[in-house]
Amino acid sequence: MNLLSNLPLLADADGGLFFGPANSTFAPMVDDLFDLIYWISAFFFVLIVGVMVYFVLKYYRRPGHGPQPSPTHNNTLEIAWSVLPSFLLVVFFVMGFTNYMSMRTPPDDAYEIHVQAKKWSWLFVYPNGAESSDLHIPVGRPVRFILESEDVLHNMFVPAFRTKMDCVPGRYNEIWVEAVNTTGSGINPDEHKPHDLFCAEYCGRDHSNMHAFVYVYETGDFDAWLEKAANLYEGRTMAEVGELLYKRKGCISCHSIDGTKKAGPSFKDSFGTAHKFTDGTEAVMDENYIRESIRDPRAKVVAGYQPVMPVFPSSRLSDKDITAIAEFIKSLK
Amino acid sequence: MSVGSTPDKFQAANLDGAQTREDNYLLASSGVGSWLFTLDHKRIGVMYLVGILVSFFLGGIFALILRAELFTGTKLFLTEDQYNQMFTLHGAVMTFLFIIPSIPAALGNFVLPVMLGQKDVAFPRMNLGSFYLWVVGAIFFLCAIIFGGLDTGWTFYTPYSVTTSTRVILALLGVFVLGFSSIFTGLNFIVTINTMRPHGMTWFKMPLFLWSIYATSIIQLLATPVLGITGLLLIAERALHIGIFDPEMGGDPVLFQHFFWFYSHPAVYIMILPAMGIISELIAVFSRKHIFGYRFIAYSSIAIALLGFLVWGHHMFVSGQSQLAAVVFSGLTFSVSIPSAIKVFNWLATMYKGSISLATPMCYALAFIFLFTIGGLTGLFLGALATDIQLHDTYFVVAHFHYVMMGGTLVAFVGGLYYWWPKMFGVMYNENAGRLFCLIVFLGFNLTFFPQFIMGARGMPRRYARYVEEFQIYHQLSTLGAFLLGIGMVGAIGVLLYSLYRGKKAPANPWGANTLEWMCSSPPPLANFDNPPPVGDPYDYSNLRYDEREGGYVTVPGPAKKTSSH
Repeated sequence: MNLLSNLPLLADADGGLFFGPANSTFAPMVDDLFDLIYWISAFFFVLIVGVMVYFVLKYYRRPGHGPQPSPTHNNTLEIAWSVLPSFLLVVFFVMGFTNYMSMRTPPDDAYEIHVQAKKWSWLFVYPNGAESSDLHIPVGRPVRFILESEDVLHNMFVPAFRTKMDCVPGRYNEIWVEAVNTTGSGINPDEHKPHDLFCAEYCGRDHSNMHAFVYVYETGDFDAWLEKAANLYEGRTMAEVGELLYKRKGCISCHSIDGTKKAGPSFKDSFGTAHKFTDGTEAVMDENYIRESIRDPRAKVVAGYQPVMPVFPSSRLSDKDITAIAEFIKSLK
Repeated sequence: MSVGSTPDKFQAANLDGAQTREDNYLLASSGVGSWLFTLDHKRIGVMYLVGILVSFFLGGIFALILRAELFTGTKLFLTEDQYNQMFTLHGAVMTFLFIIPSIPAALGNFVLPVMLGQKDVAFPRMNLGSFYLWVVGAIFFLCAIIFGGLDTGWTFYTPYSVTTSTRVILALLGVFVLGFSSIFTGLNFIVTINTMRPHGMTWFKMPLFLWSIYATSIIQLLATPVLGITGLLLIAERALHIGIFDPEMGGDPVLFQHFFWFYSHPAVYIMILPAMGIISELIAVFSRKHIFGYRFIAYSSIAIALLGFLVWGHHMFVSGQSQLAAVVFSGLTFSVSIPSAIKVFNWLATMYKGSISLATPMCYALAFIFLFTIGGLTGLFLGALATDIQLHDTYFVVAHFHYVMMGGTLVAFVGGLYYWWPKMFGVMYNENAGRLFCLIVFLGFNLTFFPQFIMGARGMPRRYARYVEEFQIYHQLSTLGAFLLGIGMVGAIGVLLYSLYRGKKAPANPWGANTLEWMCSSPPPLANFDNPPPVGDPYDYSNLRYDEREGGYVTVPGPAKKTSSH
């Protein structure tokens, strides 16, 4: 335990005691409102506790000292301390409300990114079709997020941007953000100190592991990253692409690669071996079997498993993608 | 059953402390059956107290296991699944089995009829019934824990609660039954207060604890049915797939949140209003001052009860509800803070020019003001929309509601327990030990929850088994605090239990209070009073004098002072 060596965090150099650095256009507004409420609250807290302690000391029960007469009510005083704090509350409400409206009203020309949350990973889909499991955005440009969920409630929370919103299955929610600082230079992740992106709505077993990073680039770097991301196959082997697709397309939630039995059979050591099906037939797992299982999952269900796998049409996985996935499975032998 | 009713019997018991065996409700009859089938509100209150304290320690053990696991950001001894079940059970047990029934069902049951100078509540059989409903509800909870656990969080949010394989239906049945227990208690108290106030006790001569219980009962009666119906709908959703909450079947998950919080926000006031009632009594008695602004305090209880129904949407600012709804709920939320602030100012004004004794109950009352002020003020950050977006579902919220519910309700409950303990069991506890553990509770509490405000504002989400390294220092402080708090709570209850064996015999009125429960002997006889006690201003202490021989306060004869009640 190294409590003491960690204590400097309490007086963080960047950001205040309570908040980390502000990295979106509306973050300073949120922080200012927080500070306003904080100082006014601190004032009232010190006042209340101060008066309380003073009274305890001054009127502490001593021999020979009884209670002294004083009024049991005073309407003027009581109305005053009911009404006057209300004005402060109105100020807090109005500031909270106006800031909120600007946080919730995206500019018309905002760049759009689709956010698909599912147990327990994030998928960000960009206008050119590129996909990523971490979030990549340009600096100084409003970005609008369209949030959806495939299963249960999730919540996209980026503390550095002071924003969060639930991802609700069956409906689209939206938020927007304009980042004011980059997280590093170039498109090499090692050159960046990315922001955290948390899931803030409890969503089951791996809720606390549903963690992604936010990379903020210069405009030129973002365009370069986007082009590279859209062209999945450039600079990667087929098996590497297959592994990316395995994670992004959700295969990972039902098929392990370490032999663990999940909703579907593990991919470990499965290529080239024979499998028994529920109808009693048997076949060796090859490229054709993989392709059939993706396009028509109910055709041959491995014995001991339920027919629960969804169909992946070519709009969700191209033939080339299937080839990459087959290469990935092959590499797991 | 009852003792002979010679006219001076009450006086004799009061002054000499000489009780016959029959005088004492604890000894009036013996055997397990005499407790299990009792219709005496005092014994029912004591049985509730035992059940509630057992639940509290169960919930507390869950909390300590959670905090121990969180000492580092990575796995110590709980898997994610186990962690999720543990925080769910901590929340569900503490909320439904402990904190909602704690003050009304345990202390309220014991004190309310005696405070009214009556021998029991309006419906004693219903009272016993509501205790057994609590027991049945608790058994459902235990079954849910034993047969597969629960991992939805105490909020049961859909669609997760529809899809998880844990024992949601068992737990919901428990909540449903506990709801009826709560409704019966509320109904009983409303009827009792409406119809059984003694001659001379007008509404505005009623002790403030009774006002707060009355306001609480209104909420229990009106809000709890919504929870029951919501639970049934969720059971139907899981069992019959009717498609009301699950989007897979065309339902709306946000609808569940509206239903759930329509009960569960007012439930926060079921927890805090009776606590405020206790504090009003303690501050007046231990300052030996008439409560300041009686009417404002009484009205503010009713105002909180009514406004509490209009603010549930502030739990849903990031759920995707309409922006108009968010704005309206934010505005209404701020309005609830005014009556709470009024009470705090009135308590301080009551202490002005008083004669303040730092007996253990008063120490808890002062701790309450300190902690509840922090809890209330941090609510302002959550009521304001822009700051709530950042703080929602983080440890800031965890800290805020623990400051209100635990720093508020629990501290008031323990303070009230110390205050009424001599009345309940006829023994005095050790004052120095009581104060020592109050201090440990106070320090442990702040060390546990204050760091959570900071880490929450910096972005630490709640309900996390694992976390990034940045937050570790705050979690470690919090965990140390939790164990200190645990020691304090065990000690605080231990001091009381120890007094049962070694405590000095309690006088009828050890604190010099002027509410009616102090006018019968300690512990009260089975029928509480032989003759209806005289009703006066509950906060006028001018006719009370400390009597060395008695070891407590006695009423000195004198011209009945006519004081105004406000």
